Amino acid sequence: MLDVQNLSMRFGGLLAVDQVSLDVQEHEIVSVIGPNGAGKTTVFNCLSGFYTPTGGKIVFEGQEVQGKPDYKISRLGMVRTFQHVRLFNQMSVVENLLVAQHRHLNTNLLSGLIKTPNYREREQKSLDRAAYWLDRVGLLDLANRDAGNLAYGQQRRLEIARCMVTEPKLLMLDEPAAGLNPAETKNLNQLIVSLKEDYHVSVLLIEHDMSLVMDISDRITVINQGRPLASGTPSEVRENDDVIKAYLGEA
Amino acid sequence: MIAHNFKHALFCAVVTMVVAYPILGLNLVARGTRVGLEGADTTTLVAIFVAAVVVFAFQLYRDTLMAALGKLPKLNPLAHREPMPQAKRVKMESWILTGIIVLALFWPFFVSRGSVDLATLVLIYVMLALGLNVVVGLAGLLDLGYVAFYAVGAYTFALLSQYMGISFWMALPLGALLAALFGLVLGFPVLRLRGDYLAIVTLGFGEIIRILLNNWTAVTGGPNGIGGIPEPTLFGMEFGRRVKEEGNTSFHETFGIAYSGEHKVIFLYLIALVLAVITALVIRRLMRMPVGRAWEALREDEIAARSLGLSRTAVKLSAFTIGAFFAGFAGTVFASKQGFISPESFVFLESAIILAIVVLGGMGSQLGVVLAAIAVTILPELAREFSDYRMLVFGAAMVLMMVWRPQGLMPMRRAHIELKRQE
Ligand SMILES: Nc1ncnc2c1ncn2[C@@H]1O[C@H](COP(=O)(O)OP(=O)(O)O)[C@@H](O)[C@H]1O
Ligand SMILES: [Mg+2]
Repeated sequence: MLDVQNLSMRFGGLLAVDQVSLDVQEHEIVSVIGPNGAGKTTVFNCLSGFYTPTGGKIVFEGQEVQGKPDYKISRLGMVRTFQHVRLFNQMSVVENLLVAQHRHLNTNLLSGLIKTPNYREREQKSLDRAAYWLDRVGLLDLANRDAGNLAYGQQRRLEIARCMVTEPKLLMLDEPAAGLNPAETKNLNQLIVSLKEDYHVSVLLIEHDMSLVMDISDRITVINQGRPLASGTPSEVRENDDVIKAYLGEA
Repeated sequence: MIAHNFKHALFCAVVTMVVAYPILGLNLVARGTRVGLEGADTTTLVAIFVAAVVVFAFQLYRDTLMAALGKLPKLNPLAHREPMPQAKRVKMESWILTGIIVLALFWPFFVSRGSVDLATLVLIYVMLALGLNVVVGLAGLLDLGYVAFYAVGAYTFALLSQYMGISFWMALPLGALLAALFGLVLGFPVLRLRGDYLAIVTLGFGEIIRILLNNWTAVTGGPNGIGGIPEPTLFGMEFGRRVKEEGNTSFHETFGIAYSGEHKVIFLYLIALVLAVITALVIRRLMRMPVGRAWEALREDEIAARSLGLSRTAVKLSAFTIGAFFAGFAGTVFASKQGFISPESFVFLESAIILAIVVLGGMGSQLGVVLAAIAVTILPELAREFSDYRMLVFGAAMVLMMVWRPQGLMPMRRAHIELKRQE
């Protein structure tokens, strides 16, 4: 569904991403790993439209999306989280999810002002969807708390729930396990697998730590200093000499 | 630290003197046909010196003073109170609001004409502040030229009535829509700007509109303004002593009561009240709709909002346009109340006052905005002899608020949303 060909991104003299290619098929978890500063987040920023890549092609469901504005790409069904959690801190937890569903509620102002039956029905649906996902990530009891007051792990889960209520086809997670303790990380991995198995979402996952993604990924792409180093199934990548060298070299 | 503070304080004191001396100390005097310059007398010089010393002392001990100010909330006896249960609070708030509205409906029949007139002005400010609250409080766009849309509303009515004889009720939606259109057009180029830049550009727009009104003498009458703006009618009944418009009847004759100038004032007040309540209800509703949430989301985190498919342009423009719409509303009422408008009513100070109401009231909070509008409009009237110091008090109040209660008198409370567990 997603096909990235020879993606490059240059910041002045720095080639942060250099000829990276990867693809994600339906019903698949693909991970991008690499040491800090390898250019993983930059790849995400290009895919999600925050940056216009300086080279290469990004095809999502048969449509070239490179250079499109971020909000349009998101509306195509490709939604991301951020390495540093970005919630609407002063809004309540459930409001965070309602914001994300603006498109399900996309009716005109008047029908909302006078609360037509159609509007009410849609509103109720989005509330139910929010309740469902809050329950799913264990935040239902905190629905009316300010999002900024949640614990870090809860914020991470809320961010994923916020993506899921938009009913995406491809979910892009940028280091979702960063800052989580081992128990939380395990839960997160289960959640990600369940997103794929139960909700038929493809996942593109960025991780810094290789061991975390070995179990759950269908395929892995390793990048180092902006360049693709290896890609394949977890076991192929684990055996790859270049990868071992890069990771041992870093350590 | 001390050395740094000392240097800084000295610098501030010198600046005070350098700025104050030419402004206060030097006087222009007419010597026959020529203008001469005269030095200050001793009292002024002493006053300037004392001011510099005060500035010096304040800057030197600023950290201590500010820390002491920060402790002030602890003096507030209500600060540690348990928050009320959600359901009880909502109920109480709606009772209080209903009470206020009922009171506001009957109150004008028992007080003087002057008070009712002032209350109408308060209501106009309430409308303006509620509208600006959308732009500043909810969408987080610092708009310093809001008065421009107020002016558009007022002048729309004035011009339409002058050239086409349009009545208040026709002009009300037209004025609001035209103001909204201006909001849309002016909003477009400034959307990319953030924070300070946006503030400066909107400030410029406000001034441009005022200067345009001032100089386009052929149409707007320039500084002389436009007079003879008609008052609203009640189903074709006029409130003047004699009927001005063909086909209208007069209020006191229809009901067979004696003519009284008060009828008109009270009627205008009631119109303003109804419009203010409508404004509050509509904006309250908008806040709980996807548009309203989008405004806040964009204020909170623009990047995250966009990553969820919100278009920055559409969201910001909608806030700008809707804010302007209510300013146009208020402008039409204002023109009708005054019967005469000139560019002087739409200076930057007005924008500042409206913004002050929003900030004082607590961004996003409607009850707070109403209270602040009352305070900001009525207090200067009560203390007329101090009117020279109005701006000074204003500035001091704002600084104190920022230190002591940056969230405003009544910070916005989030609506409680009830969720059902899904299977
Ligand atoms: N907006 C930017 N401007 C300049 N350099 C950037 C920018 N964003 C990222 N970089 C650089 O690109 C490189 C890759 O960064 P990043 O994609 O964040 O790495 P990773 O997510 O793999 O840790 C880094 O050297 C970083 O400094
Ligand atoms: Mg990164």
